[in-house]
Amino acid sequence: MTVAHPVGLTIRGGVKVYPGTRALKGVDFDLHMGAVNVLVGENGAGKSTLMKVIAGVESLTEGTLAMEGVVHNFRSKSDAVDHGIGIVFQELNLFPNLTVAENIFIAREPTRFGIDVDARAQTDAARALMKRLEQDIDPDAPLGTLRIGQQQVVEIAKALAQNAKILILDEPTSALSATEVEVLFRVINDLRAEGVGIVYISHRLEELIRIGDYITVLRDGVITGAQSMQGVDIPWIVRAMIGEGSKEFPRTEVANYGEEVFRASDICLPRLGGGFTVDHVSLSVRAGEILGLYGLMGAGRTEFLECIMAQHPLSSGQFFIAGKPLTEKDVTGRIARGLALIPEDRKRDGLVQIMSIRENITLSALDQFARLFHLDLRAELAGAADFIKRLTIKVASPENPVSSLSGGNQQKVVIGKALMTNPKILLMDEPSRGIDIGAKAEVFRTMRKLAASGLAILFVTSDLDEVLALSDRILVMADGRLTGEFSPSAGHAAVISAASRHKSKEVAA
Amino acid sequence: MTVKSDRTSLLLLLLRLRTFVALILVFAFFSYAAPNFLSTANAVIVSKHVALNALLAIGMTFVIITGGIDLSVGSIVGLCGMVAGWLMLNGVDLGIGYTVWFNTIEIVGIVALVGVLVGAANGLLITKMGVAPFIATLGTLYIARGAALLSSGGRTFPNLTGSAEFGTKSFPFIGTGTILGLPMMIWILIVVGLAAHYLSRRTTLGRHIYAVGGNERGAALSGVKVNRIKMFVYMFSGFCAALVGIVIASQLQASHPATGETFELNAIAAAVLGGTSMAGGRGRIAGTIVGAFVIGILSDGLIMMGVSSFWQTVIKGVVIITAVVIDQAQSKLQARVALQQEAAINK
Repeated sequence: MTVAHPVGLTIRGGVKVYPGTRALKGVDFDLHMGAVNVLVGENGAGKSTLMKVIAGVESLTEGTLAMEGVVHNFRSKSDAVDHGIGIVFQELNLFPNLTVAENIFIAREPTRFGIDVDARAQTDAARALMKRLEQDIDPDAPLGTLRIGQQQVVEIAKALAQNAKILILDEPTSALSATEVEVLFRVINDLRAEGVGIVYISHRLEELIRIGDYITVLRDGVITGAQSMQGVDIPWIVRAMIGEGSKEFPRTEVANYGEEVFRASDICLPRLGGGFTVDHVSLSVRAGEILGLYGLMGAGRTEFLECIMAQHPLSSGQFFIAGKPLTEKDVTGRIARGLALIPEDRKRDGLVQIMSIRENITLSALDQFARLFHLDLRAELAGAADFIKRLTIKVASPENPVSSLSGGNQQKVVIGKALMTNPKILLMDEPSRGIDIGAKAEVFRTMRKLAASGLAILFVTSDLDEVLALSDRILVMADGRLTGEFSPSAGHAAVISAASRHKSKEVAA
Repeated sequence: MTVKSDRTSLLLLLLRLRTFVALILVFAFFSYAAPNFLSTANAVIVSKHVALNALLAIGMTFVIITGGIDLSVGSIVGLCGMVAGWLMLNGVDLGIGYTVWFNTIEIVGIVALVGVLVGAANGLLITKMGVAPFIATLGTLYIARGAALLSSGGRTFPNLTGSAEFGTKSFPFIGTGTILGLPMMIWILIVVGLAAHYLSRRTTLGRHIYAVGGNERGAALSGVKVNRIKMFVYMFSGFCAALVGIVIASQLQASHPATGETFELNAIAAAVLGGTSMAGGRGRIAGTIVGAFVIGILSDGLIMMGVSSFWQTVIKGVVIITAVVIDQAQSKLQARVALQQEAAINK
């Protein structure tokens, strides 16, 4: 097998240091040509870093990257492109307002005399590429009119147009429907037959086993398994991903839950182009309970929380708070009923960066400090100071802009803002994202304390350790649907395989 | 170390008060360079010139803080003047051989309502139809101006001196009268200015205006009713423009359909000069009023010095750009100081 698949790129002793973390700790990686090299690992294991190194987006702190015996140090993405390396990111980098052909040749347009864009040559080349990929896509169609799966093919064509010998696909199927996945796999098979070396990153384990020739498993920046796909099964991958002696988190508190305070019944959010982003989800949370909703990227968890907060007018289904239906149609009304959301993206959704710490904390609950319309600024400051103390937010002055705080303290400001509305149910989307370990532990302690005081918490995460450590009950979401319910004593393997369940595979099986 | 940080905080203070510093500088300069500049009579004249622009700029400031722009204010000034003139000269013909006439207070109320309605149209276009503020208000700029021209066929409504019979004798007082020696329009500016300042600093509505401009999505997720806030700022801007329209019609005792052309640009200039950020989220009413005074004193002072009006235009442009450049420097410095303070706490 090795003879048939020569190694086209090697990394030896690869180390990548970011401020505060070592993302890669001495990685040896071989990339086989004419084969699908599968890369798997939990979030934060170092997959993306490794791929960014190969694609020239980042460079190694230590170690070497060599192609056919020659050591390279790519300074930029275009440098890597010149060496025949193409990458298709999970978030597509395309222009919906331009045509397919224009997208493929963006910034490399064929020209006559260096000025006039040769539209016909461009269209012809794009048509040839589409033929090679066996796709019936009109090169002159505006990209925005294509389905996501077709857009992905255009992105692949773009890489091929730059003579990519190595093609990196980062979670290519996360937004695809089952039939689109089949199309993509056909394209991959063709490219493999043409001798292209493909790196394939995915969380969907069945998919990896189906398409992969070689597998590399990363855990905490270290390679824990690398071999040909023969003999590899899902339990093997899971073991390599999470290690043998998986950590145990003894629970100290005996849970004492109250009544059900929140129930979602049959929530659906249709997806553009068919299917559901949130697919008939029903769940309930009781007072004092921490319910962890685990799922991989694109599983629909964030969208589900957004449905609860009235962000998706197209969603259907019903919510109940303490048994009474939630009829309020806007965020203000839902906050008044006792819901509070701590969004995943602090910067974009959680905070008004240029406002002060005080103004951010009180933003959702200003009415508490207003008589008619007059704001009592002294009471407001006292209220903000109270929450700064209760949540031990470290601030020099509550009048400084919130953007001057560290990630962990910013997150606490968001939590403070939510708590100030006296919620009954706290919705937390990736509460530990982008904050350091110390702050993480503190946020978790805060969550425990809040639950102990009778608050119901529904939190979403893609971190397995986190969901097992923190939850009283775990629900797993995959592909928009709930695919499993576990107690916190459940094993890692069971939870992961529930989260990797993909519809296309189930149909096939 | 303390010396350095003292110097930084002094610099920061000066930068924060930059519009005020600029005001003192232009004032001092013209007191020295232009004879007669420093007289009570002149101060009143300058204030009257400034008051109208300041009124528009106050409304504009709220709009810009939400991240929008209102280009229609100049046209609303023109339209509202015409409405006032029409009501005084023609009344409202009910079509059954009977004409309704209004007294001064009723006329002021109706005209103010017209301004608020045009603002509401702007707001609806922006919130419900999703039209960009620049385009929506550009459209209403043309529509309102066209309506003003149509109302009189392009002619002036002359002799709005009022009649005792209809209770409009007091109409000229709005633009020409004085209370305690101060012209009416200065009083209007004081009242509107204080109310707007209070609104921006001490009310929920004011806080929400800043939040919408700072992060619209974040504000919405925090329960701020974004559309309602936007509706308010455009309606308030229309209201301010209506006041200016009435004052001018009353001052001239005539209304002309071209009144108010390019007023919107001066209002934007005053707001920006006063430290309002075009990106939204930042700005103060006091700053805007000081900014309007800087522009007003600058142009009146240059006239008194006999500087060509062509040069005045150039100088105005230079001052605005300088103000924004300094504004950028201040934001950066302020952010750095705050970061240092917070970093020190976390050590």
